[in-house]
Amino acid sequence: MKVGDRLPSLTKDPIERIQLVKYAGASGDFNRIHVEEGFAIAAGYPSVFAHGMLVMAFLGQLLSERVAPTRIRRFSSRFKAITWPGDTITCHGEVVALRDGEADLKLWAETQNGTITVEGAATILV
Amino acid sequence: MISREYIGRRSSPIEWNIEPGHIRRFAEAIGDPNPIYYEEEAARAAGYPSIPAPPTFAAALRPNDARQGIAIDWGKLLHGGQEFVYHRPIYAGDRLTLVQTIQDVYEKSGKAGTMDFLVLETTGRDAAGEVVFVAQSTVVVKR
Repeated sequence: MKVGDRLPSLTKDPIERIQLVKYAGASGDFNRIHVEEGFAIAAGYPSVFAHGMLVMAFLGQLLSERVAPTRIRRFSSRFKAITWPGDTITCHGEVVALRDGEADLKLWAETQNGTITVEGAATILV
Repeated sequence: MISREYIGRRSSPIEWNIEPGHIRRFAEAIGDPNPIYYEEEAARAAGYPSIPAPPTFAAALRPNDARQGIAIDWGKLLHGGQEFVYHRPIYAGDRLTLVQTIQDVYEKSGKAGTMDFLVLETTGRDAAGEVVFVAQSTVVVKR
């Protein structure tokens, strides 16, 4: 592993509303804005939208396809844009620093239009 | 506007027994087919002592809400950022106790107007009282 190395990218299936329901159930995040169309529209959005944490979980999958999930020491994300039903997310990652026994990676999730919806960072044991 | 008086407020502890079925359900929901999340045997064959949790699974361990009683319009709330620090991995069979603290409350003005920020920190400890993870969540409430 060296600085500049890229993780093999991961393209997820398009996000469907049913996935938002499943994620709400599995995560216990029952904010209606992700599952009730009427609630989302009343709040001023065109439709329900994905939990930011669902897209962060996609970045987690990207990472754990290369690194045992148990070697992750720190994992963070900033939610930059909304991910909508129908969006196809591709996850990317790159090694940005190496230290004694640890590596820092930057991660990002982008839609089919090239919009970066989540930016992440991780520190892993190597 | 959310009062800064709430800073430091802590939730009552809640205990979570980490169940393999919960990890499996979470992996299914995020669409991660890695067999280590589904079968004890696959996890052991891959060198884990038990089924490991996916990297963001700690978010599915809900603390009691330190925001209880604070008037928040859920339609105006957005998740701004999230961080997990793992002191050790989470495995099926763990028994963790979670406490959430309101770490910070502040307001910030930008293009979209003034917004309230809440920083929530959840600490998960094992039966021995050792910290397993700290999760920090920044939520933004539009006015």
